[in-house]
Amino acid sequence: MGNTMTSERPRTAADSQPRTIVTAEGLTIHFPTRDSGETVKAIDGVDFAVRAGETFGVIGESGSGKTTLGRALVSLISPTNGRILHDGVDPAQLGRSAFRHHRRDYQIVFQDPNAALDPRMTILHSIMEPLEIAGEAAAVRRERAVEALARVGLAPETAKRYPHQLSGGQKQRVNIARVLTLRPKLIVCDEVVAALDVSIRGDILNLFADLQREFGLTYVFITHDISVVSHISDRIAVTYLGKFMELGPAEAVIERPLHPYTRALLSAEPVPLPSSMRTERRIMLEGEIPSPISPPSGCRFRTRCPSVQPRCAEEEPAWRELQADHWVACHFATPAGPPPPNPRRTDELAQQQAG
Amino acid sequence: MNDQPSTSSFDGGIASAPLLDVRGLSLAFATADGELPVTRDVTFSVHPGERVGIVGESGCGKTVTGLAILRLLPQQSTRLTGEIRFEGQDLAKLPARRMREVRGRDIAMIFQEPMSALDPVFTVGEQISEAYRTHNRVSRREARERAIAALADVGIPAPARRYDEYPHQLSGGMRQRVMIAMALICEPKLLIADEPTTALDVTIQAQIIDLLRALSERTGTALIFITHDLGVVAEICTRLITMYAGEVVEDAPVDPALIRPRHPYTSGLLRSLPGLAQRRAHLPSIPGRVPSPLAMPAGCRFRSRCPQAMDGCERPQPLLPVAPERVARCWRAPELTLPGAVS
Repeated sequence: MGNTMTSERPRTAADSQPRTIVTAEGLTIHFPTRDSGETVKAIDGVDFAVRAGETFGVIGESGSGKTTLGRALVSLISPTNGRILHDGVDPAQLGRSAFRHHRRDYQIVFQDPNAALDPRMTILHSIMEPLEIAGEAAAVRRERAVEALARVGLAPETAKRYPHQLSGGQKQRVNIARVLTLRPKLIVCDEVVAALDVSIRGDILNLFADLQREFGLTYVFITHDISVVSHISDRIAVTYLGKFMELGPAEAVIERPLHPYTRALLSAEPVPLPSSMRTERRIMLEGEIPSPISPPSGCRFRTRCPSVQPRCAEEEPAWRELQADHWVACHFATPAGPPPPNPRRTDELAQQQAG
Repeated sequence: MNDQPSTSSFDGGIASAPLLDVRGLSLAFATADGELPVTRDVTFSVHPGERVGIVGESGCGKTVTGLAILRLLPQQSTRLTGEIRFEGQDLAKLPARRMREVRGRDIAMIFQEPMSALDPVFTVGEQISEAYRTHNRVSRREARERAIAALADVGIPAPARRYDEYPHQLSGGMRQRVMIAMALICEPKLLIADEPTTALDVTIQAQIIDLLRALSERTGTALIFITHDLGVVAEICTRLITMYAGEVVEDAPVDPALIRPRHPYTSGLLRSLPGLAQRRAHLPSIPGRVPSPLAMPAGCRFRSRCPQAMDGCERPQPLLPVAPERVARCWRAPELTLPGAVS
């Protein structure tokens, strides 16, 4: 929930009063479907706050709403209900010119390295473009662009090239340079390494980490890749069908998950370890993610949950802080972890829930 | 090199004759700018029941190797040299008509995007039945029964109802199951799977991996699993082949390869995985890029990116035996101790 910061747990001096860069309050984003008059509940009531200087990881499968969430955080999509606050300011309440000036502080980098690059523009021109829109003088634009180009590890001669002459990894560096020139407070990274080969993923993740240290950046890192999110994040939010299932410190979420979905998701990740070193048994989730048009009643995960109980269909689980800074939406989770699998989860029960 | 008793757990056993024996396979594409070499001297074999993972970065030649085995590359613009021996006969020299009999019946293939292989205007059941009737003289009704059984085999609920649905009515995971049902209905001896789980969510990927492994174990179908994901290889395969810049650079049983890779490229791939590194630590990476096929260096093709490169690497690098059942294309392999997944 939005007011997680006010609880009176012992904290270290460094994060006693963490400033929040973005706050989502009851964030709800619904889309009408094109022909059937139904509603896609992409985000369906989410509360959280991203703290200054942290990397806030968001993990989820397709249909979880994570991409919609990322776009809403930088005002590319307006909330249907609830609101987003940028450093305490609601961007939806700003006038046009104030909004234009405001939004440069909140930037996004996409999965497709080509998405933001005009094939007919030189790399330098592409990097200067956001500054141009922001109304910076020509001399400042060039200086900052050249500086950013070097900072993301591209050779000066790259400036004169065109996107098709660059590799995917180089193009992603250009996209990072583009947002860097604006000196934003927040960068939303939406699957930024998903399209890259394994061998260069590490380089780009290293670059994000270095830039964060250097410029004090705050990231929201959206990905379906557990190994990436656990590597880079300070905190991790686990999304499922438009809701947060769990939110907590990265290490706790990965090592000691509280939600049955998180536990199953982690166990599904293929690990490149020899058979002798695999200890964990895989928890196989049955079936597929239901449609966000008509999510299940009560807990949205219940149709696939190995620990499901009758109560899960009747009542939506509360968002509870079971460990310090570690939140979960499950009736039966305890501070010790997720509930054990329900041996009485028979086909009958599953059928009854599907119907 | 094989004087020790084999400790491998291949279902078919290493002593049996190979099912597939690819020898010196080189492929080149004709382009407007001349001939583009894509693979060179690719040599490996697959034994009955074995599950072989082929890994490498995009452009390393893994997909074209899979397509070449099934002779699915455009004939006019592809130059193929070498042998593709399947149960003793060279597929590279097989007349097109005979090749059509092999395809689907003896060797089948599934792809990353099932929609590209499914026809949107026929029901999935009709397409599976057709695959069966192509190679078996049976009535429509019998083919239908076989197809429904095949859908049940790949874990599709209510298979008789699903039979009459069209591809667009199914989710990505269900479509991939349909593809697997279609590929396996003629009980092929070899299934080539090209990134079959890459487009799927991780919980669905886990289902498909378990399904493929279980089917392979039950039916004895050998598997070539083409992927960029070493985690997937670790979970499903018995052997790992690493390709780089069109060449096989390492070929080894999976577990030993993960514990102690013998080619610096395999080691680099393993070390660059974020899951294995210390959280938030700097990730090791492989600097540079794969050389262009038109400017391929002599000798070791990986040497410009290799932390172990030294004088001598510019000499031709054959695949050398480095341990029982293991080869690596690196003359330094015997002296190097390279970090793997466990170090």
